[in-house]
Amino acid sequence: MIDAVDKAIINYLQDGFPICAEPYKEAGAALGLSEQALIERIEALLEARAITRFGPMFNADEMGGAFCLCAMEVPPDQFETVATAVNAFDEVAHNYERRHRLNMWFVLATETIDEIDLVAGRITQATGLEVFMFPKLEEYFVGFRVAA
Amino acid sequence: MTHTLDTHDRAIIAATQAGLPLVERPYAEVARQTGLSEDEVLARIARLQQNGIIRRIGIVPNHYALGLTHNAMTVWDVDDEAVARIGPVIGALPFVTHCYRRPRRLPVWPYNLFAMVHGRSAKEVEEKTASIAELLGNACRGRDVLMSTRILKKTGMRIKPAAPDSGAAMNSRKVS
Repeated sequence: MIDAVDKAIINYLQDGFPICAEPYKEAGAALGLSEQALIERIEALLEARAITRFGPMFNADEMGGAFCLCAMEVPPDQFETVATAVNAFDEVAHNYERRHRLNMWFVLATETIDEIDLVAGRITQATGLEVFMFPKLEEYFVGFRVAA
Repeated sequence: MTHTLDTHDRAIIAATQAGLPLVERPYAEVARQTGLSEDEVLARIARLQQNGIIRRIGIVPNHYALGLTHNAMTVWDVDDEAVARIGPVIGALPFVTHCYRRPRRLPVWPYNLFAMVHGRSAKEVEEKTASIAELLGNACRGRDVLMSTRILKKTGMRIKPAAPDSGAAMNSRKVS
């Protein structure tokens, strides 16, 4: 399981990682770890799936791409079939079953805003179900920090 | 505001979207993969971060592995006059990982404020939801809490190394 050093790494590395020739050396120094020790710890955290990713987080909006949260009311007896049909779209980045009349919630990620409407239309065609779209109007952003 | 990415930027993004190399000189490794110099990669990554295309470089914790096994999408019908003022307050709560204003879809969906809450138990999520309700006070006319019961897919966004309008690349888009 993760120990105190891992927790310190997780907390520290949720903020900016250095952009310089030897960033692990620099970040390691701040954590009291050698370059090699930090690299090995990150590898082990990825291996243990305590972290899902290490690297740059990209902002799709700024790249001219788009995200859109969508939801559907799927009849329970069709749920698995519809999930398979929806997941088959490459543009579906996440898909969650949730307890509500709108019981399927997924995120469309495309490179252009126009593609969002296009793909939502195709999903309606493929499933016969209305896609409710919830584009973000405003983001109250904090930085995804989670204390380990 | 969007920024145009040239082919070198796209190559760097494609080379790092699965993760930054875990070697002593990770940016030199990205340079090797993209045919650029290390200095060029450093300069471009710094610029991408300045432009907001890269939000930050760092780790993404696995909520489940950290014991945050309960995730709830809490949704709120907040007075339109008040939402711009209160939204940032909710977004700043340490247990709220994402907070957005989104359109209502009446009559099915009256909620305009979405806040993702993570916790170690259903009780913890309930307590956190209650403290959001308290902050919203009279500005809130209704709410719901949607627990996730199953992850059906989770791949994240992927971009192609080539420009989006370069025909053939559209069909060979990789997601996994």
